[in-house]
Amino acid sequence: MSVRSVPGSRWVIKGARVLNGDPADLYVDDGVLVDDAPANADVIDADGLIALPGLVDLHTHLREPGREDAETVETGTLAAALGGFTAVHAMANTDPVADVAGVVEQVWRLGQQAGHCDVHPVGAVTVGLAGERLAELGAMADSAARVRVFSDDGKCVHDPLLMRRALEYVKAFDGVVAQHAQDPRLTESAQMNEGEISGVLGLAGWPAVAEEAIIARDCLLAAHVGSRVHFCHVSTAGSVELVRWAKSKGWNVTAEVTPHHLLLTDDLVASYDPVYKVNPPLRTHQDVLALRNALADGTIDAVATDHAPHALEDKETEWAAAAFGMTGLETALSVVATAMVDTGLLDWAGVADRMSIRPADIGRLVRQGQPLIAGAPATFVLIDPAATWTVDASQSASRSRNTPFAGRELSARVISTFLRGAPTVVDGKPT
Amino acid sequence: MNRHLLSAGDLSRDDALLVLDTAADMDAALAGRSIKKLPTLRGRTVVNLFFEDSTRTRTSFEVAAKRLSADVINFSAKGSSLSKGESLKDTALTLEAMGSDAVVVRHSASGAPHRLATWIRGSVVNAGDGTHEHPTQALLDAYTMRRRTGRLEGLSVAIVGDVLHSRVARSNVLLLSTLGADVTVVAPPTLLPVGVGSWPCHISYDLDAVMPKSDVVMMLRVQHERMQGGFFPTTREYSRRYGLDARRMAALPDDAIVMHPGPMNRGVEIAAEVADSVRSTIVEQVANGVSVRMAVLYLLLGGLMEVDISDAAPVPHERGVA
Repeated sequence: MSVRSVPGSRWVIKGARVLNGDPADLYVDDGVLVDDAPANADVIDADGLIALPGLVDLHTHLREPGREDAETVETGTLAAALGGFTAVHAMANTDPVADVAGVVEQVWRLGQQAGHCDVHPVGAVTVGLAGERLAELGAMADSAARVRVFSDDGKCVHDPLLMRRALEYVKAFDGVVAQHAQDPRLTESAQMNEGEISGVLGLAGWPAVAEEAIIARDCLLAAHVGSRVHFCHVSTAGSVELVRWAKSKGWNVTAEVTPHHLLLTDDLVASYDPVYKVNPPLRTHQDVLALRNALADGTIDAVATDHAPHALEDKETEWAAAAFGMTGLETALSVVATAMVDTGLLDWAGVADRMSIRPADIGRLVRQGQPLIAGAPATFVLIDPAATWTVDASQSASRSRNTPFAGRELSARVISTFLRGAPTVVDGKPT
Repeated sequence: MNRHLLSAGDLSRDDALLVLDTAADMDAALAGRSIKKLPTLRGRTVVNLFFEDSTRTRTSFEVAAKRLSADVINFSAKGSSLSKGESLKDTALTLEAMGSDAVVVRHSASGAPHRLATWIRGSVVNAGDGTHEHPTQALLDAYTMRRRTGRLEGLSVAIVGDVLHSRVARSNVLLLSTLGADVTVVAPPTLLPVGVGSWPCHISYDLDAVMPKSDVVMMLRVQHERMQGGFFPTTREYSRRYGLDARRMAALPDDAIVMHPGPMNRGVEIAAEVADSVRSTIVEQVANGVSVRMAVLYLLLGGLMEVDISDAAPVPHERGVA
């Protein structure tokens, strides 16, 4: 593949296979897809490449404001573009917390300035993520950032009455509460999945029930008040069963899974290397299989990265002292290809559905996750499905290096990313 | 042996027997000497890096290293840069720069010795990490059992108490199963980890049922915070159901022994008359700890037994018996 001239606003993408269909040309003019080849267009040879609508991440930690040593909006969104994302939802657990209109507007503006992808700030559900009283959700919804997803991610909205009120309140502006399902009492000082391995390693266990009990409760609450609820990073086979049950009732429940929970298991913790320390924790092989199957059959709606960059000193410690979290924006598509496409569980149309169309719908993003047809925004990603590559943490565009996939060989690679007609990544490199 | 001693599970049967036999040789070599010192680790430096208070373990390692003529540096958390927020890694690199050959580490975080071993070139000896392991305690316990009962293969050992939080229990289960003993852990269900069913031992909630068939009963310390943590209703109820008093001790076979890694809560997990009885090996365990730690330091730092203490009298009836 090659670029014949300086990027402009008119493009011909030659021979791309949209959703892995037959090769066809894509025509881009003034930010949208058009029926006919525009004059004086730049040409990209996409022979052998798959085109999908640009990926949408429901769960990204950009760390700005507050921890610019770990990530900034600029570096995080650059990593996102390199990973094929055209929109990310920036989580609220910054410092200061994104619990007022001023902070979400600041993050939104930083995203606009960076220009690598759309940044949609997530608003905190409760003031300071403290779980005590609702933040001004309406003010964030009405702000320039137009917040629709609200989450105390990192902390569970544990108080059942507060959760009920949040679920009800956001109906006024078609918002959704994205719950970090973790019963705090059942996970006091918890360090890893509770099971055979935690017992041997002497690390305090994080039982599956701590996640599942909150999911069960919130499914019932959402049904009772007629709201929609979204579950962040579900990690257990039991959570999958509960979401499947809630959906079978016709309740408005959605769920996401992280790439790392589709590929990695808790036996990696035996090294005590905190690169594998994450919340929720890596689970068992059976959980991984259940999550894959649930993503394949649509019980789980979306893949979300939970990209959680951390400074080196917060990971180069003993296990108990280390921060929770893993980076994931640049590896997400390839991990999904490895765990889901290579295994025959999901085709590329399915990948588009779970990584673009459905997450865009959950976040109510009207300009993302659109089919690649004339009239739609020219927001897409070109993927080489035949590529294999070995992850090198030092090559990451993220400011942090805490990828659990370092040294692993993954399938498929993002080649180019377009955001409303403008390339953000060409030939695997930022524009 | 490996370069480090991080987990009792890393020891093969041959490794473990080599440590026990070497400890016996150390005992024999020192027996009858007026100056209890061997020259074998002269010029080598052993650092005791203790992030948790543990006077008995630190002292035991210190005596062991000094009896082998090593230079010993005690580096404790209190009064060091650690209280100023220095990271474990920086501490490790500092010790490395000072030329330590072995670091003996005690830390409140499970796995801290494993991390240390990735940052330094010298040997790392785990002297207790969080609720994970305490391999030299298991070795000294096995050494004590073998000396007292003459065997380890087929020996019935009951480990009683807070298995969930006990590094002593984890290391003992792994080491004793490697050495062919028949181990049963006994505890209230709240003090057994999820997944204990996959451990190489039996599980019981009923101490009275286990007593008559036990050659060894090892009582674990009940930590004060567990008493407050809702793991059992009251200390008295725990003591009634899982404490070892004279009445229960009477149910043991005649030649059975009673062990405790210390420090004891007299009157909680062990009655005073049991701790002070002829069955008790508690003081002996402390003495054996020095011999076993000498053996570990000696083997990890690569000494050659025959050359260094060739005047040691072999102890044929003990050597290689498991």
